Amino acid sequence: MGNLKELSYKLRKDVVDMIVEGKGGHIGGDMSAMDILVELYFEQMNISPENMDAPDRDRFIMSKGHSVEALYTVLAEKGFFPIEQVIKEFSKFGSQFIGHPNNKLPGIEMNSGSLGHGLPVSVGMALAGKMDKKDYRVYTVMGDGELAEGSVWEGTMAGNQYKLDNLCAIVDRNRLQISGNTEDVMGHDDLVQRFSSFGWHVISIDGNNYTELKKAFEEARETKGKPTVIIANTIKGCGSSVMENKANWHHKVPNAEEYAQIIKDFQIRKEAAANE
Amino acid sequence: MNKIANRQVICEVLMDKAKEDKDIVVLCSDSRGSASLAPFAEAFPEQFVEVGIAEQNLVSIAAGLAKCGKKAFAASPASFVSTRSYEQAKIDCAYSNTNVTLIGISGGVSYGALGMSHHSAQDIAAMSAIPNMRVYLPSDRFQTKHLMEALLQDEKPAYIRVGRNPVEDVYYEEYCPFEMDKATVVMEGTDVAIVACGEMVKPAVDAAKLLKEEGISATVVDMYCVKPLDQDTIVKAAESARLVVTVEEHAPMGGLGSMVSQVVGSQCPKTVINMALPDAPVITGTSREVFDYYGLNAEGIVKIIKENI
Ligand SMILES: Cc1ncc(C[n+]2csc(CCOP(=O)(O)OP(=O)(O)O)c2C)c(N)n1
Ligand SMILES: [Mg+2]
Repeated sequence: MGNLKELSYKLRKDVVDMIVEGKGGHIGGDMSAMDILVELYFEQMNISPENMDAPDRDRFIMSKGHSVEALYTVLAEKGFFPIEQVIKEFSKFGSQFIGHPNNKLPGIEMNSGSLGHGLPVSVGMALAGKMDKKDYRVYTVMGDGELAEGSVWEGTMAGNQYKLDNLCAIVDRNRLQISGNTEDVMGHDDLVQRFSSFGWHVISIDGNNYTELKKAFEEARETKGKPTVIIANTIKGCGSSVMENKANWHHKVPNAEEYAQIIKDFQIRKEAAANE
Repeated sequence: MNKIANRQVICEVLMDKAKEDKDIVVLCSDSRGSASLAPFAEAFPEQFVEVGIAEQNLVSIAAGLAKCGKKAFAASPASFVSTRSYEQAKIDCAYSNTNVTLIGISGGVSYGALGMSHHSAQDIAAMSAIPNMRVYLPSDRFQTKHLMEALLQDEKPAYIRVGRNPVEDVYYEEYCPFEMDKATVVMEGTDVAIVACGEMVKPAVDAAKLLKEEGISATVVDMYCVKPLDQDTIVKAAESARLVVTVEEHAPMGGLGSMVSQVVGSQCPKTVINMALPDAPVITGTSREVFDYYGLNAEGIVKIIKENI
């Protein structure tokens, strides 16, 4: 196992380069979700360019589709497409690399962008796995603002009803959305309690910590008879103090000065990670 | 070049009226920034309701408020407020006849490279098919102001779509003829009738000017009121023309083109050509790049007319 934390800072830089080059993107949520994606793609899921059509592969759905930039970097690192191409073409005229997941690209299962679809679709995929007696697992990452969509809770009920222990949802609990703090916009109070009362196994962790992520995914895999949700408490903009916990970095494009500082911060943390 | 987006004008009108009319309530779904309604939320916290990322909830809550005497204005990206909340619009607004105005912001392909999830190329078709729902696509900031003022006068449900970026003016501060539910004839001609709505009116006017230089005289109809469609104006424009061309930022099915074709086909049959987005996810790009690629610009309109007249 390489040092995933170190890798995450390389990928964070790719995200920033992509967004600067494409003049747009949802940078804050990319940074908060990055470690979840890295842990999933490099430690947890059996998914690679070689098995991407295999019926037994694990499934992943980026329900908070606006964090597609982070997903692109992880898929590129897995070898689905060259990162140079993504950075060069992202959001440009005629590009395949648009601002939300699109399954014309290898490695992407479902199109998203409209929030609140990923969990119900994952329920369908997990249900199919049960019907076909396959042991693949289904993962989906949602935003915490996204949880205001009623469809999320309809899916949550269905996951419980069908005892989908092959389903694992992750909430990127960064406590921010476009208009500010989630608790001011449409509060969730105690998410552990909420999901528990819907019959799910709930694990609350530091979502930017690889030790905790690894443990949580293992616990989810061992949990039988019910689906698991991981409340990944994260920092929006994680990686640089320029962006961290700042609502206006939801979809801000860094200027030259901010870019320099962000890259510098990434470098410092990357070096620290290498020595861990 | 005008720097004021239509969405900003909507906020200005609402703020102006909300001072005297405490029944005006604005609702957003984590969309106050995109809708340019943050100043409203700041200035009138008591008349502002935030529902979070929940467009179905947004529309039903708006209907409930309206039923209890409020004038509800629910603003969210057009893609979501039209089709995500479609049944809420159909049942709670139109069927129950509540005083809700749905404001679809960043309409059409305004969101460019964000892809089909964020494009509203179905909203005209979807909303127009609902009995008692009215559908408006204003062409510029001056007309948007008139339209908002008119909508504040009545108590029926409506859907307005505006784009994200400022659009070039079609009219003037001092001269913007407006009659509610009557299309505006921007130019009068005899050879071809161009019927357009929303952001396609400006290229239609520019096309008519180019055609004039080539000796082709065009009528340009600004059909901001897609529903109720102003049939009289269409028939009048079509009767004197050899060809009718419709232009819209919408899918080719069920939009302005379909509706105009129905009217012309039944009341004064002649060739109608529909210019619209393709029946496919549009190419990645800014809205300008997308329009240019599909010929939804002045040159494209001229080309189609010259080929077909
Ligand atoms: C149905 C729907 N409504 C609105 C939006 C616009 N939108 C994109 S991102 C976003 C905020 C998301 O906040 P959150 O879920 O907390 O994501 P994160 O903080 O991880 O970026 C909104 C409202 C959307 N994409 N889909
Ligand atoms: Mg969030």
